[in-house]
Amino acid sequence: MKRKQVLFEMPYFFWLAFFVIAPILLIAYQSFFNIRGQFTLGNYATYFTSATYLRMTLNSVWYAFLITLFTLLISYPTAYFLHYTKHKQLWLLLIILPTWINLLLKAYAFIGIFSQDGSVNQFLTFIGIGPQQILFTDASFLFVATYIQIPFMILPIFNAIEDLQPSYINASRDLGANNWQTFTRIIFPMTMSGVKAGVQAVFIPSLSLFMLTRLIGGNRVITLGTAIEEHFLVTMNWGMGSTIGVVLIIAMFIIMSLTGEHKKKGRKHND
Amino acid sequence: MKKLVAAITTILVFCGLLAFTSDRLAKSQVKSQSNTLTLYNWGDYIDPALLKKFQKETGYHVSVETFDSNEAMYTKIKQGGTSYDLAVPSDYMIQKMKAAHLLVPLDKSKLHGMNNISPQFRNLEFDRHNQYSVPYFWGTLGIIYNDKTVKASQVQHWKQLWNPRFKDSIMLVDSARDVMGFALIRDGDSVNTKNIKQLNAAKKRLDSLTPNVKAIVADEIKMYMIENEAPIAVDWSGEASEMLSQNSHLHYVVPSEGSNLWFDNLVIPKTAKHYKAIYAFLNFMLKPENAAQNAEYVGYATPNEQAKALLPASVRNDKQFYPDAETMKHLQIYNNLSPELIGTYNELYLEFKMYRN
Amino acid sequence: MTKKTKWFANGYLTLVFVLLYVPIFYLIMYSFSTGKTMSHYQGFTWAHYVALFQDARMIQIALDTLLLALLSALIATAIGSLGALGIYATKKRQTRNALLSLNNILMVSPDVIIGASFLIFFTFLGIGLGFGSVLMSHIAFEIPIVVLMVLPRLQEMSTTMIDAAEDLGASSWQVLSRVILPAIIPGILAGYFMAFTYSLDDFAVTFFVTGNGFETLSIEIYARARQGIDLEVNALSGILFVFALLLVVGYYLLTQYTAKRQKAGVKRP
Repeated sequence: MKRKQVLFEMPYFFWLAFFVIAPILLIAYQSFFNIRGQFTLGNYATYFTSATYLRMTLNSVWYAFLITLFTLLISYPTAYFLHYTKHKQLWLLLIILPTWINLLLKAYAFIGIFSQDGSVNQFLTFIGIGPQQILFTDASFLFVATYIQIPFMILPIFNAIEDLQPSYINASRDLGANNWQTFTRIIFPMTMSGVKAGVQAVFIPSLSLFMLTRLIGGNRVITLGTAIEEHFLVTMNWGMGSTIGVVLIIAMFIIMSLTGEHKKKGRKHND
Repeated sequence: MKKLVAAITTILVFCGLLAFTSDRLAKSQVKSQSNTLTLYNWGDYIDPALLKKFQKETGYHVSVETFDSNEAMYTKIKQGGTSYDLAVPSDYMIQKMKAAHLLVPLDKSKLHGMNNISPQFRNLEFDRHNQYSVPYFWGTLGIIYNDKTVKASQVQHWKQLWNPRFKDSIMLVDSARDVMGFALIRDGDSVNTKNIKQLNAAKKRLDSLTPNVKAIVADEIKMYMIENEAPIAVDWSGEASEMLSQNSHLHYVVPSEGSNLWFDNLVIPKTAKHYKAIYAFLNFMLKPENAAQNAEYVGYATPNEQAKALLPASVRNDKQFYPDAETMKHLQIYNNLSPELIGTYNELYLEFKMYRN
Repeated sequence: MTKKTKWFANGYLTLVFVLLYVPIFYLIMYSFSTGKTMSHYQGFTWAHYVALFQDARMIQIALDTLLLALLSALIATAIGSLGALGIYATKKRQTRNALLSLNNILMVSPDVIIGASFLIFFTFLGIGLGFGSVLMSHIAFEIPIVVLMVLPRLQEMSTTMIDAAEDLGASSWQVLSRVILPAIIPGILAGYFMAFTYSLDDFAVTFFVTGNGFETLSIEIYARARQGIDLEVNALSGILFVFALLLVVGYYLLTQYTAKRQKAGVKRP
């Protein structure tokens, strides 16, 4: 059995070698060169000593955390309720469908909705509150970022809930647990794999958001993505851009080991 | 398993259908591959009707590919692997591309109509004797204001932006050179200064502008201004003309003490292949009637003097987009600075952006 | 569920769906506006649709984008699913975690970095830029999400089934096609959809690795932003969206129908 399996997996390992490891080595290599193409450790020194970059890093982590949290809070109940609907597969597809529309276009639609003369403010004026500044606030940025990420969180959680054996829930009920207990003791722990997959799919990309920080946040929110964008596309200082990239990749490794599988009791395949 | 195979087959059949239709569409646009000219341009920056006319007149088909920043275009051309015949970089980028040996000099003997270009836009510092470039469009950096809440007299000069009454009402274009640039001009310094002291002073000035800055955005500025999201913006003239055409309350001012003057130019990158088509196209675009038609479609200011004469008087005499000689004298063109200096401009600008957080 | 919680659940879901679809309907609504931007609706017109159908270049770009997304997602799903099997079969926990981390690198790296390094990579190998290079890049950044979707399925799968099948003398191909695949099909489907989505969404990577006349919708839309996005783009998005909606609903009804027929078939002795 072993030899054949290796054959199946060959394309995947090819991909790992050529499209992951090779580019990573390239990025790491580049991060040791300054703008004149001379070898230096200066990029790392700049990153870890500059107050600007450190604050930017903190900002990014904080906003990514908030986005992930809100996304999770909205997505978990959605996935859970979806599971009990009649045509759940159809509804799930309909959740993904909006992501097929171009991001820039959706952002422009949000600009139209949130602007001073936009639909939301017209409504607020109508009910007597009067127009508010909505764009360029943290709230609007978090709202749109959460909006973008929701489908990416719902899908893995939904899949995990689908896998749940109803017998566990019935057993829990039979043993006298109330709904809340059943949820916190059985359902949530048993769908953790989906939650983790969702968090990984949302948190990490949120660290390097750049389009929305400008479009909706008006550059009031500055993340590492902004800096990388600038170094690659404006100053053309690929060395510094790569350095931030390396830092992000290391951060990812840390997050992965934190949320990754630890020694679990039983229920694992025979290792 | 059967279902999976069926699904895969369906997708593949669909792919085949798409490929076939797309191929047919491509063929309907191009007669044959050999007489195609590839133009690497900003999005929607040429009148499609002109491309059709060009094909009719010369038989060359123009295939347009698009980029959204000078630097991104530079990377693509530098790395190769592409076959762009013509590209449209801005002024400072021409210097950079020249220094990196990415440009092919123009063969003046094959070029007809350079004299249609106004002398004040020829032989400029970024390309002496127009060795490499044919001016395509030009413009300025300026202040756009909404007359509902702002009076014209309140925004004639850069320093008026610091007026405390404009709290939280200015939108800036997200560009290090431009934002640092107007702060430098405000203090009477050059937009190409290499003096670190002047740069730091400009950054301090910008920090003090922070309370007035509502947002720092890019292309979206148009949409925001058209929707009355902010009363004042600092942006390029090309963007401004688009805004003005859609919101009659908006006006554009080029401060008389000086501003940036920019050019987009047609150049031949080293990836070029179809030289006959290239010169046919350059000569075609230099013809006054074509340049005028293009200027009307794009809405930017044309450097082609003969073409300008063909434009309606209301456009031609519009001081907002064709400023008077006195203002023109004070305008400054960006030079390509050393990478370190560009780094400094950008670091200071980034700090200014962070300052608000 | 009790009646009360059902009400709450339905209310909640309705709210989420409204939230998700408001911007979509907003931009489709403006594809019928006589104005030039997505603000201040100015009266009904078909003009943007007429302009779209005369714009052969735009239609070709849309078709190419779809082709790219469908094909790249298909290949990425195949490679990714097999990769997930590989990670699953890895016995050592540390190796498994290391593989997973490697897998996720492309998801964490900002698009600009991925795009730039792929560009250097392709030009270094002398691979011409065009549909091929874009297809390879899309496959590359879609694989990790497929793995992330399929792997949890594998981990939830009961291993006793595999053991039983092996004990009964099933070949590895039989184990794969009869036992493992049916158990992970929902994960594979989810992976395909996500991969498709990633492909449609991407701008930065595609920008760097494209050439030779090949463009996607994102590239065209971003490049047009300098001049203000035309409502023609809204019209195109509207058409594609309605088309996708019909496809999804149609596909669902079809599977419902066949599932019913199969059930009916099973009942017969």
